[in-house]
Amino acid sequence: MTCVHLLLTLVFAVSLGTPVEIQRPRGVPLTSIQFYVENKPFTCLDGSRTISFDRVNDDYCDCKDGSDEPGTAACPNGSFHCTNAGYRPMFIPSSRINDGICDCCDTTDEYNSGAKCENTCKELGRKEREVLQKMAEITKEGFLLKQHLIEEAKKGQQEKQSKVTDMQGNKKQLDEKVEVLRTVKETAEQPEKEAKERHLKAWEEQKAAIRLEKDKAKMAEAFLELDDNADGFVSVSELQSHAELDADADGTLTETEAQGLMGGAEQVDTSTFESVWPNIKDKYHSEVSREEADMSCLVSSEVPFGQKVFFLEKTVVKLSAQKARDDFEEAEKALREMDDQIRNIEKELSFDFGPDAEFTYLYSQCYELTTGEYIYRLCPFNRVSQKPKYGGSETNLGTWGSWSGPENNKYLLMKYDHGTGCWQGPNRSTTVKLTCGKETVVTSTSEPSRCEYLIEFTTPAVCQEPANTDLSPHDHEEL
Amino acid sequence: MAVIAIERMGLLSVVCVSLFFSSTFAVDRGNFKTCDQSAFCKRQRALKPGQSPYRALLETLELSDSRLTLQLINDNNKVHLLLELYRLQGNMTRVKINELKPLRPRFEVPDVLIAEPPTEPLSVLSKDDNGVVLSLGAKNQRLIVSARPFRLDIMQGPEVLLSLNSRGLLAFEHLRLHKDTQAQPDGAEVKESVDGDQQQDEGEKDEDGESDKEEDGLWEETFKSHTDTKPNGPTSISLDFSLPGVEHVYGIPEHADDLKLKTTDGGDPYRLYNLDVFQYELYNPMALYGSIPVMLAHNTQRTMGIFWLNAAETWVDISSNTAGKTVFGKMLDFVQGSSEKPQTDVRWISESGIIDVFIMLGPKPSDVFSQYASLTGTQSFPPLASLGYHQCRWNYNDQEDVKSVDQGFDQHDIPYDFIWLDIEHADGKRYFTWDPHKFPQPKEMLQGLMDKRRKMVAIVDPHIRVDSGYKIHNEITSKDFYVKNKDGRNYEGWCWPGNSGYPDFTKPEMRAWWSSMFAYDQYEGSMENLFTWNDMNEPSVFNGPEVTMHKDALHGKWEHRDIHNIYGLYVQMATAEGQTQRSGGVERPFVLTRAFFAGSQRFGAVWTGDNAAEWGHLKISIPMCLSLGLVGVSFCGADVGGFFKNPSTELLVRWYQTGAYQPFFRAHAHLDTTRREPWLFGPENTALIREVIRQRYALLPYWYQLLYQAHKTGMPVMRPLWVDYPKDTATFTIDDEFLIGSDLLVHPVTEEGSRGVTAYLPGAGEVWYDVHTFQKHNGAQNLYIPVTLSSIPVFQRGGSIIPRKDRVRRSSACMENDPYTLYVALSPKKFAEGELYIDDGHSLNYDTKKEFIHRSLTFANNALTSSNLCPDCNFLTSSWIEKVLILGASKPSKVLLKMDGKETPVDFEFDTSMSVLTLRKPGMNAGADWTLLLQ
Repeated sequence: MTCVHLLLTLVFAVSLGTPVEIQRPRGVPLTSIQFYVENKPFTCLDGSRTISFDRVNDDYCDCKDGSDEPGTAACPNGSFHCTNAGYRPMFIPSSRINDGICDCCDTTDEYNSGAKCENTCKELGRKEREVLQKMAEITKEGFLLKQHLIEEAKKGQQEKQSKVTDMQGNKKQLDEKVEVLRTVKETAEQPEKEAKERHLKAWEEQKAAIRLEKDKAKMAEAFLELDDNADGFVSVSELQSHAELDADADGTLTETEAQGLMGGAEQVDTSTFESVWPNIKDKYHSEVSREEADMSCLVSSEVPFGQKVFFLEKTVVKLSAQKARDDFEEAEKALREMDDQIRNIEKELSFDFGPDAEFTYLYSQCYELTTGEYIYRLCPFNRVSQKPKYGGSETNLGTWGSWSGPENNKYLLMKYDHGTGCWQGPNRSTTVKLTCGKETVVTSTSEPSRCEYLIEFTTPAVCQEPANTDLSPHDHEEL
Repeated sequence: MAVIAIERMGLLSVVCVSLFFSSTFAVDRGNFKTCDQSAFCKRQRALKPGQSPYRALLETLELSDSRLTLQLINDNNKVHLLLELYRLQGNMTRVKINELKPLRPRFEVPDVLIAEPPTEPLSVLSKDDNGVVLSLGAKNQRLIVSARPFRLDIMQGPEVLLSLNSRGLLAFEHLRLHKDTQAQPDGAEVKESVDGDQQQDEGEKDEDGESDKEEDGLWEETFKSHTDTKPNGPTSISLDFSLPGVEHVYGIPEHADDLKLKTTDGGDPYRLYNLDVFQYELYNPMALYGSIPVMLAHNTQRTMGIFWLNAAETWVDISSNTAGKTVFGKMLDFVQGSSEKPQTDVRWISESGIIDVFIMLGPKPSDVFSQYASLTGTQSFPPLASLGYHQCRWNYNDQEDVKSVDQGFDQHDIPYDFIWLDIEHADGKRYFTWDPHKFPQPKEMLQGLMDKRRKMVAIVDPHIRVDSGYKIHNEITSKDFYVKNKDGRNYEGWCWPGNSGYPDFTKPEMRAWWSSMFAYDQYEGSMENLFTWNDMNEPSVFNGPEVTMHKDALHGKWEHRDIHNIYGLYVQMATAEGQTQRSGGVERPFVLTRAFFAGSQRFGAVWTGDNAAEWGHLKISIPMCLSLGLVGVSFCGADVGGFFKNPSTELLVRWYQTGAYQPFFRAHAHLDTTRREPWLFGPENTALIREVIRQRYALLPYWYQLLYQAHKTGMPVMRPLWVDYPKDTATFTIDDEFLIGSDLLVHPVTEEGSRGVTAYLPGAGEVWYDVHTFQKHNGAQNLYIPVTLSSIPVFQRGGSIIPRKDRVRRSSACMENDPYTLYVALSPKKFAEGELYIDDGHSLNYDTKKEFIHRSLTFANNALTSSNLCPDCNFLTSSWIEKVLILGASKPSKVLLKMDGKETPVDFEFDTSMSVLTLRKPGMNAGADWTLLLQ
């Protein structure tokens, strides 16, 4: 039977050279010691019930909140406090008490498991202080660097701002110049334009004439076809043989319908047929094979003819317009270039380079890291890519998306997305994790999930102002 | 995994690329044969029920003490067969049929039966020209051999339990010479097809029967671009079984289908052919990764089993005379006194080998389980840790990744026991090695896990990279252990590493060598907390026919055709043996396999392969594991979360809740899925997943005891309700809920957005207790249970005692010495019983040295007593009883602990609203004799 009875730990500590002995139930932090008074009934910290003190740490869970068993694993939701003198105190879940694994550096969590734990608090404390010291140094220097970065960024920003202002002034002049040249050009082009219009009109007229001629020919042909008895007249009955002319689409062309088409006449001769033809020409099916396409063929084959005339005249006019056109285009190009420049600067100015523009210096820079297989390339605010070390094409791991750190500091993470798609998977994307460092370098790359990359990146730009505290050990917190 | 990442498989042939690209998220059916595309199945299925041409030659009957032999003749072709009948101990009958004088020996499956089954005397009760009546011993059971036509009937009293060849579908394609070299043996008419063998009605039996020979695929068969050369010609066999009075048949896994088998009229038969099926489809009879040719037949009176011991490609047809009838139709039959009794007819067809059938006559479900266990063995008893939670992914990228996932579990206070490494861990997919960049210090990594009392599984697949710089390949080559192709050269196929060889695991010498590769000095970087996963052991061959090995490949003198379905079993067998050997026979192995066969239960765990993150796949995990459990494989699970695709958060949570109540509990995910460790879905979902994993760990003592029971008796761990309620027809088709042992009933929520489930609580006059609220419900009712995302409907049977360890820690090993809480759920008669099994959790000493505690816990007459079920056992535990909860109790005035002749009072509390009595800290050692008296 393994019943663990109330165990009191004795903690000796040295403070100001005076030995002090403090007794408290196992696993209870100093801050709660007043609730655990020996030989007095214990009230669960949630107030749910009161039990006799011999049930505290008796290895049976009586309180719903686990507070009666701070030093045993009996409660599923309990926690155990280790002092870890020399290092930092901590709480661990009760389930880690006597589980054979050393969790507290002062070994107090494994008092009955047979686990051979060594007290490593001093060593851990020393290491932690070293790390903190180093971190503090880095932070300090990094923060200084950051100030320079901020200054430079501000300077740069102002320069760019004023450059943009200058350029915008220049642009106005250029705009005007372009307008003047446009007028010159258009004036010079007027004869050319007129010639063009003239020829276009002639061309249209020519086309209409051809079309009319064709229609006439077709009408004559139709008349001959319809005039079955060749008496020089098309009669109602002759027209009726063309069922496709049926107006109500019931399949038959009645006498009345045919008469209607013929304008009420019983029969028509060639000349009166001219007035009937428009009524029927759209539906009329020739008895011989018809070549509707002919018309368009003919028309299109005529195009070169008209054009040739036009080109001849154009060449003459063009010579005079050409210079005006060149001048205008040159001015317009200059304007476009200036627009581009302004846009680029404005784009740069529009980036969120941090609260103090401290990330500005990363713009248009690239940083590389070579791993076993690949060369990774991070161009902040632009893109991330990966290239096999020994040849092969580059893969886009994502283009600049946004800052995506936690709410309290979104500038700790950068997100690059919409990279090259993965087979049966998502588009590649990269998260860049920024940590404080004196240098701006990519320190590691990984692919925690398929096609989702993680890059660790140090930069002074995220270094926080060092807290003005000295780095004394934590011994004072727990005695 | 079946899918290949094309980007990383530059080596892969175009054939493979097109093979896998062609499928989206559904199986590409075109890659797998239908019965019509499998020549022997088509031939056999063309044969319809009718008069059998087979006749028993009674004058050839020979009866020794336990064996009866008799010749059969096919009157169409005069080929003689030899029938052997055995009465086996434990109410079983074995029927073997082979050719009397085969041209060459036909394959008989070795290594599945644990021993030659012990026989019992057979005696002839009567004999005349029409047949022979044999006594099957007790209970008025007889076996009737009818001569003309040949058929077998097993009777009990006046009732026929089962008939063989009653529909005349016995068909045995005898070995013959190819037409080019053919001689007419003994002047007998040689017919080439099943149809020719039997069907007279066509009346066109030309003398040589060669007209359609090649079309029939008798001597050659082509599927897609693959040609099977079939040097032995047609060799298939078939036999029908009729089951009068049976409407429910189960088993023959592995299929992604309902628990109750469907009739196959109008569709394909159920297919048994171990295949690596990419993105398998649900609810169809297509073959999957494993095959267990065992079918159970059940009605309210009796449960029986048919075990068809054949490792070749097999198809099973099922038909029923009631299948098409509505309930109303059945009622009409009843009212009108229709004479037709319900009947299920089953037909087995295999491509080669012999007919070797074990008929297990029950009569109770538990009898069938122990009968089958006596033939093929029981579930291996796994290390306790392997019943914990397994965290797997293709792939954990490197040692750092493993470490941070391990820490993630501790940070989020979620227990787990095993972390798994898939194929990317090995150096260029050379198994038994480690990628030097990603896993440069495997021992350091394993030691890190060991310090946390956790373990690891690394994959070892049976395809071996052909690479002269690879030790394993070189040794297999020099020992000539590879499977050969039809021309006698080493068979090579494409798999993960590219060009690969396949060790011939059918060879005992090969297996012994393979086992030796797991020795610590051979498997570099391995430690005692490293275990193994055998994947792709169907075997998967990316560029082979149906993604597997060519049937004309050679395993010594046998064709792959003969042994296909048992290849995977051998891989796991040799691997498990290697793990046992590395510890000098002291430690239990743990090996997971994807492919399996009858007997695979002896070697470890099975999972349902490459499923998908879909609700349908969550749902199907239940019937798939239930079917496996019925035929011996208790240690079954499905990839939690679904392998392919990304699960929604709701699906993932529901899957954890379901998986936590299935025997093998492992989350796994495809390489292309986003990360899904339990804490990546927000604190609320992390809490839900933590909670259910903790429920699993609290119940580990119960799971462990059930696995021990499965190991000892063959009883399935995860069971359909009908196993425990065999007379309740309402349970016969239930497969959305299940029992764990006899005492826990689980109805997982497997519908998206579900607000409630209706669970059937079986047992008239019984009660069930909600394990979360202790609310009591009556049996024999459909109970509607409203659910939220945190609900997992689980009930404890009134009348049971379940031991739990409610102090859940970060791994099962950490809980070793923790105290137990006994959950005593009283029946309406204020009775309950249960068991407690304890051992060291990992060694074989329970078996070799009887180092375990096995206790019976009984609550009767207001006293709870622990008594020893194994007095000559010897094991000491420091675990004790910290608490006893008695559900459905009344308030006692006093509680006394009687132990070592002393009586001491025990504190208690009584909750009137739920009638729960809690005994506070009785404190006795879990291995002791004691009684708690309620007064």
